[in-house]
Amino acid sequence: MNQYETVFILTPVLSDVQMKEAVEKFKEGAEIVNEENWGMRKLAYPIEKKSTGFYEFIEFNAEPSVVEKLEVNFRRDERVIRFLTTKQDKYAAEYAAKRRSLRQSKSEEA
Amino acid sequence: MAEQTSEIRYLAPQTTDVKKKKYCRFKKAGIKYIDYKDPEFLKRFLNEQGKLLPRRITGTSLKFQRRVAQAVKRARHLALLPYVTDMMK
Repeated sequence: MNQYETVFILTPVLSDVQMKEAVEKFKEGAEIVNEENWGMRKLAYPIEKKSTGFYEFIEFNAEPSVVEKLEVNFRRDERVIRFLTTKQDKYAAEYAAKRRSLRQSKSEEA
Repeated sequence: MAEQTSEIRYLAPQTTDVKKKKYCRFKKAGIKYIDYKDPEFLKRFLNEQGKLLPRRITGTSLKFQRRVAQAVKRARHLALLPYVTDMMK
């Protein structure tokens, strides 16, 4: 069981419902630790002729085989225009934990 | 006689800029992990065209320069940072 974090970008042309459904589709088979969506953001350079994208960030614990399947799904699904999965080493995991607690405290205040 | 000496122009600039001791900000601040997800922090290591600054300018150690490079390349892949731009800052 390794810790992974993945960021993927969905095409902006989707409706909210489709977006939620797309995000849900990638979630089974792993234990989700944290999930954030950064919403619609402007891309630094156009991808597939689009200049904005819907960013989604997920931290999860999973077996390597699950990650492999996840990446195949990413490649197959044409709504996802870019994805990046990284393995969290101990410094990254520590940083992520700190970031999560920071975000929670901020969301509680807000 | 006195004025003449005062008129002597100094060829070399008098004040040679004192050599600022460069330090690796990651070792000093104790930062262990460079996050590829926040572009604002990574922008400090890029010049106006969006290219990575060399170590002799930023003064970072080799270990952290490689991590900065990897983080910047990941951020570029995710379109958080541009590959090339003219007016970055």
